Amino acid sequence: MSDTITLTYTVSNEDFTRAGEASSDVKSRLKQMNVDPAVIRKVSIAMYEGEINMVIHAEGGRITVEISPSEIIMTLADKGPGIADIDKAMQAGYSTAPDNVRSLGFGAGMGLPNMKKYTDEMQITTELGVGTTVVMKVYL
Amino acid sequence: MTVQQLTERPEFTVLNAGNQPDMELTRVFTCDLLSVCMSKASAGCAWVTVMGNMNAVAVAVLTDTACIILAEGTPLDANGLAKAQQQGVTVLQSDQPVFETALLVHQLIHA
Repeated sequence: MSDTITLTYTVSNEDFTRAGEASSDVKSRLKQMNVDPAVIRKVSIAMYEGEINMVIHAEGGRITVEISPSEIIMTLADKGPGIADIDKAMQAGYSTAPDNVRSLGFGAGMGLPNMKKYTDEMQITTELGVGTTVVMKVYL
Repeated sequence: MTVQQLTERPEFTVLNAGNQPDMELTRVFTCDLLSVCMSKASAGCAWVTVMGNMNAVAVAVLTDTACIILAEGTPLDANGLAKAQQQGVTVLQSDQPVFETALLVHQLIHA
């Protein structure tokens, strides 16, 4: 029997009514598993930001969360437009979010910086016109 | 001061009672940019904002915020209310501006 639990979620297109559902679900599962609250907070923040990014920029995508005794790996894959300049996208305050998204309280340019800050490892693979995959690890 | 004690104050209108009435308020937090709230709001805080939507409710859930307080008489939209009910998040409303609301809650917590 494997010690790894794998959860998968589909993030829908432009659906702000459901944004945050995947991260809420992971949060409650980790709580049930008695994971350290500090770890739960890191995973929740990073995953929520990623989820919102997928809704804002990529018309949704797929999230896979692997929970093993040593780490939690979140893989967020989308078929969006890709990130033209990763260095710029990683700068706090830089945002390409449209005005309608800003009026909801997003688009502060904190998404990717928060994801990096709250995870132990983060890797972005992106290709213009093809999509973006972000892999984040939080150690247990 | 607990969430329940705060909801009983005459200065606030209860938009959703929530399911953690006994949660102790730790501090006041105020901000409207959700990514900032996401990384800075701490467990048990009373969050004063003018963001009355479901995304604010989602942030409150993920950060274990004790309650959301909508200042300036900001309404909670229908999707936000549905999410608050579903997730058991306490949402209050104040007709005062953000600063005055935050100051009042701060004084109540430290009374």
